[in-house]
Amino acid sequence: MGGTLAKIWRFYIDGFKNMTWGRQLWVVILVKLFIMFAILKVFFFPDFLRGKTDEEKSDFVSTELVRRIPPENENK
Amino acid sequence: MELDLNLIDWSRAQFAMTAIYHWLFVPLTLGLSLIMAIMETVYYRTGDEFWKRTAKFWMKLFGINFAIGVATGIILEFEFGTNWSNYSWFVGDIFGAPLAIEGILAFFMEATFVAVMFFGWNKVGKKFHLASTWLTGIGAAISAWWILVANSWMQYPVGMEFNPETVRNEMTDFFAVAFSPVAVTKFFHAVISSWIVGSVFAIAVASWYLLRKGESHKKFALSSIKVASVVGLAASLITLFTGDKSAYHVAQYQPMKLAAIEGLYEGGESVGLVGMGILNPDKQWYDDGEEEFLVDFKIPYGLSYLATRDANGYVPGVKELIEGGYTLADGGMALSVDEKMARGKAAVEAMGAYRETSKALKTASDSIEVALLKNDLAIYDEVIDENMEYFGYGYIGDPKELLPNVPLNFYAFRVMVILGAYFILFFIVSSVLSFKGRYRQKWLQWIAIISLPLVYLCSQAGWIVAEAGRQPWAIQDLMPVGAAVSNLPASSVQVTFFLFLALFTILLVAEIGIMLKAIKKGPDLEQDR
Repeated sequence: MGGTLAKIWRFYIDGFKNMTWGRQLWVVILVKLFIMFAILKVFFFPDFLRGKTDEEKSDFVSTELVRRIPPENENK
Repeated sequence: MELDLNLIDWSRAQFAMTAIYHWLFVPLTLGLSLIMAIMETVYYRTGDEFWKRTAKFWMKLFGINFAIGVATGIILEFEFGTNWSNYSWFVGDIFGAPLAIEGILAFFMEATFVAVMFFGWNKVGKKFHLASTWLTGIGAAISAWWILVANSWMQYPVGMEFNPETVRNEMTDFFAVAFSPVAVTKFFHAVISSWIVGSVFAIAVASWYLLRKGESHKKFALSSIKVASVVGLAASLITLFTGDKSAYHVAQYQPMKLAAIEGLYEGGESVGLVGMGILNPDKQWYDDGEEEFLVDFKIPYGLSYLATRDANGYVPGVKELIEGGYTLADGGMALSVDEKMARGKAAVEAMGAYRETSKALKTASDSIEVALLKNDLAIYDEVIDENMEYFGYGYIGDPKELLPNVPLNFYAFRVMVILGAYFILFFIVSSVLSFKGRYRQKWLQWIAIISLPLVYLCSQAGWIVAEAGRQPWAIQDLMPVGAAVSNLPASSVQVTFFLFLALFTILLVAEIGIMLKAIKKGPDLEQDR
């Protein structure tokens, strides 16, 4: 088992080491992932309901949903 | 509470832009994966190294497109949590589970088999390598299945029960969700139409080689064109069939979407299908006295047949869908929108009252008070159950909100169908000429190149119909976008919209540059000269 895992590990390491055009692509991928997760997610896309317990989320969404009945439908 | 309309529109625009960007890369991944797998199969069976070199070239372009597409989908998940928080909570695990499966499956299958595909030449056996190539494509298709299951649930929500305690929908029938008729048809339509994109891409690139490189690349180009033409023709014909099935499901489950697609303000029996037409821009509503079309060409009985499988079948238009009173396919009577709005409002208010009562019950100690509260809870629960299917109508203030953008849906649908028909002809011509050794004409090679942006336009037009036709619903009949969206300042959504636009444009230009460089370099053909 250990030998198989070592072979698989070696397979990936050799593969990455011998990449040619693939290296540029990996740079693109890593830059993109960094921008997505370290910048966009953290600064621009926080979870709107973060920090709330499930009970608080249910309360919040329920209140929002009831409040959003439009005035035109309120009077019916 | 009235939300800023700008907030809803900018939130929708941001999601649309990021989804369209994501869909630039997915079809080519799905399409090229099949083409490269077929080519490697030919190599495996014949032992001819030419096919190995050919497959490896298309694998390289597959790899570039795959890398470019990485993380374009994750943005959409970010948006669910930030911009669409009510929706995200409301859908419960029905949306989250398929997305989680997709992510895990994609990671493990593609990390394994894509790695073997690229790293495993001359290291693993030919059979194992071929299996990995096929499994790369199959893995991508299975990933797509789960995303399409999630989207299909938005179009046709089934297999769930709403829990007013948690304000979430809970899955009660996994198979109803995973294998709903809408999900199954959508999967085949989306994936197989992506094979058309892959085929046109391969033919366009190969044609470019014939134009620019001439004799040196002739064998490679013509071989690629032959494979791609056969795949494309088969895919086009199957897509025609799945498209018809999709339209039938739209007629059953989203009749207002169909009415918008057809510009059908007043329905009836034996309704013709609009083959082509120009909408009257003054037509805004069914009773405004304006003509629907400036000019139109209808296929007699076509829409009735498409919608009901009966050439004389009844197809409701906007008027009938708003006013109700017509007989449904199950024999029941269609409700008017006014009635649906009243029922929806009752369900929403009962949900709010249920939660307040449930909270009061937790602190009540007097036995009589507890009994009364439990009785109230049961009543509210019953009101919710009876009216839940119209929950979303509680948020509709004006019936006109229920009509999606007619010109957008009408013309996008026709762009998709007309281009789809064009591609059937395109693949017939490219198949016949390439197999007869007569794919020489420069004008034909230029048509192939020009077809490349057209196939992307066709593919995107389909999604525009699917999603713009669903409006105003985030979840058909259960939640309109106005109720789904987070109460954020519209300005913050605008900022992220333009941030994405700038980021995506820069990335797209850089990434297309990498793809064009690889295409210009071309395949390794030394041994074929």
